[in-house]
Amino acid sequence: MVQLRLPPNSRIEKGKLYPSSSKGPRMKLFHIYRYDPDSKDNPRLDTYELNLDECGPMVLDALIKIKNEVDTTLTFRRSCREGICGSCAMNIDGTNTLACIKHIEECKSDIKVTPLPHLYVVKDLVPDLSFAYSQYDSIQPWLQSSEDPPPDKERLQSKEERAKLDGLWECILCFCCTTSCPSYWWGGDRYLGPATLLQSYRWIEESRDEATGERLDALEDPFKLYRCHTIMNCTNTCPKNLNPAKAIGEIKKKMVERVG
Amino acid sequence: MKFESNLRRAQGLGSAKSGLHHWVAQRITAVALIPLGIWFVGAFIVLSTSPFEVAYSWLSSLWTATLAIFFVLVLFYHGYLGIQVILEDYIPHEFTKWAFIITIKLFSVLMALLAIVSILKIFLS
Repeated sequence: MVQLRLPPNSRIEKGKLYPSSSKGPRMKLFHIYRYDPDSKDNPRLDTYELNLDECGPMVLDALIKIKNEVDTTLTFRRSCREGICGSCAMNIDGTNTLACIKHIEECKSDIKVTPLPHLYVVKDLVPDLSFAYSQYDSIQPWLQSSEDPPPDKERLQSKEERAKLDGLWECILCFCCTTSCPSYWWGGDRYLGPATLLQSYRWIEESRDEATGERLDALEDPFKLYRCHTIMNCTNTCPKNLNPAKAIGEIKKKMVERVG
Repeated sequence: MKFESNLRRAQGLGSAKSGLHHWVAQRITAVALIPLGIWFVGAFIVLSTSPFEVAYSWLSSLWTATLAIFFVLVLFYHGYLGIQVILEDYIPHEFTKWAFIITIKLFSVLMALLAIVSILKIFLS
């Protein structure tokens, strides 16, 4: 039978309210997804009130303030706090992004923070990305060449060849795009998803790589590649302003090019 | 109990080495349907106010009958390709998925044949 509702243990309940002890003109409510695997309780949305005059400008600052001063059990990943490590990827205000580069001021009303969508939740805002990482592993994301690197110099690349990697190398593998993709939600067990495909294209376009044919062979599959239906959520959500949909389109063009 | 690694699951059964043909065919038929669709719907609108004999004789000409059969072939092929993708997207159960895909394929062929035989019947009469 078709299941139209979430299973009972996944339904999000109303949580606790933590009012702020200090008051000011700039108060903000944060509704944050909480789930504790050790308890048998359903996930819930706890509400934290913060005085923005006593808080940093980013959503990550608010999360850190809550963890330090209000509720130490709040669990989330973070590391670099400058949008380069991809650890703090989560859904903020309905869009997947990095908490460290998302301004609180950009969100007009209350801010709802949930983990990246459609992944198993380890705890609170920490999703289980291990399968997505394995999908990335499966495309062999490293330089492949028949020759060993020369001992006395680098493998050379012209400026024009290097320029082809712009818009690809900047990807930090936060998986905001992959987890925003409906095709990945429904078919993520076989579809590789935009992040992994963008990375794959990074190696297909790499002038020093000699495995282009094998890489295209491995992708030519109705599910691994062609589940992309140009929905464009990936490009809309990318916190680094990259265009995974275009990279996937370029892979499809390469597929046509080699038979034509 | 399963101990297989995530990498093994991600690799699955490997690449099917197909999918390109389906993708290209879907796009070519989509583009072909733009002029064919405008032609067919336009003719339908014009003929809807004409007497039956006029429509009958219109479909009896060589070029009209040929174009109409071409339109039917492209339309049902495109329709089948599109519905196949939707079924693959939304039906996770393998047996149900294949049962639907095969049914839709046979149904598309049947409907296309029905349309073609109908056009030929008018053309040959």
